[in-house]
Amino acid sequence: MMQLQLPYFLILAAALFCIGIYGLVSSRNAVRVLMSIELMLNAVNLNLMGFSNYLDPVGIKGQVFAVFVISIAAAEAAVGLAIVLAIYRNRDTVDMEKFNLLKW
Amino acid sequence: MNIAQGVQFVSFIILSALMLGSALGVVLLGNIVYSAFLLGGVFISMAGIYILLNADFVSAAQVLIYVGAVNVLILFAIMLVNKKEDFVPAKNSWIGKALTGGVCAGLFALLSAVAVVTPWQPPTEVATGEGSLVPLAKHFFTDFLLPFELASVLLLMAMIGAIVLARREFIPDTTEMTEKSALTLPERPRELAGK
Repeated sequence: MMQLQLPYFLILAAALFCIGIYGLVSSRNAVRVLMSIELMLNAVNLNLMGFSNYLDPVGIKGQVFAVFVISIAAAEAAVGLAIVLAIYRNRDTVDMEKFNLLKW
Repeated sequence: MNIAQGVQFVSFIILSALMLGSALGVVLLGNIVYSAFLLGGVFISMAGIYILLNADFVSAAQVLIYVGAVNVLILFAIMLVNKKEDFVPAKNSWIGKALTGGVCAGLFALLSAVAVVTPWQPPTEVATGEGSLVPLAKHFFTDFLLPFELASVLLLMAMIGAIVLARREFIPDTTEMTEKSALTLPERPRELAGK
């Protein structure tokens, strides 16, 4: 029981993912929404690394996919923050509730 | 239980407590600058957990890319949209928050039940213990070569796209500016350019 096992890491990743979903849905600041997306991507990475270490310790394909996820997350952060900057220039706010141009 | 397992377990407890506390701070704190720094704490404790999972290269990449690039980028964005803005509370917003919290708690319960109940098969072969760097490099340059190269193309596309999106679209009165000083940038903040 005191030995590290796979479900510990999976439960930790699930907690982080749920915190990320809560922040994604409930926060008003657009930059905080991007931070919550980063939290969720990190939770997925933790899942991949846990599976890679405990179920596939020779092939370590999970680490390969984690590196891909990290690079995609960096690209996503750059584009997302550029979009936030463009919206801020046009609307003079970062409030998610006021980004309603496409609503009706 | 030998001493190595005890040390691993205690460091797992410490790192996960640090990570969950920082993640809650990212989501719940009012000041967004505190959130950005706590996000760095989440990334660093995640790197420690990667070391516990025998992944030295990915741990270093996590520190370099997330803490060094993504977190600094987020801090830059916070400084650029640095506007004191007190959000007008939407009416009945507590219903949405309570609903979201309930859904997240339910999802967490479901995921942890799946993680505990599923009988994970332990691997038949054991790792060679030569570290993860050489097998990772072999994967990248043999069977994952095409995704690896595509990732570089995608990073280039993301860089160009971010520059195009974040660029200012107007260059105000360039003739007047060039006479004034060669060292002045032709673009200025909006409140100066509007006058």
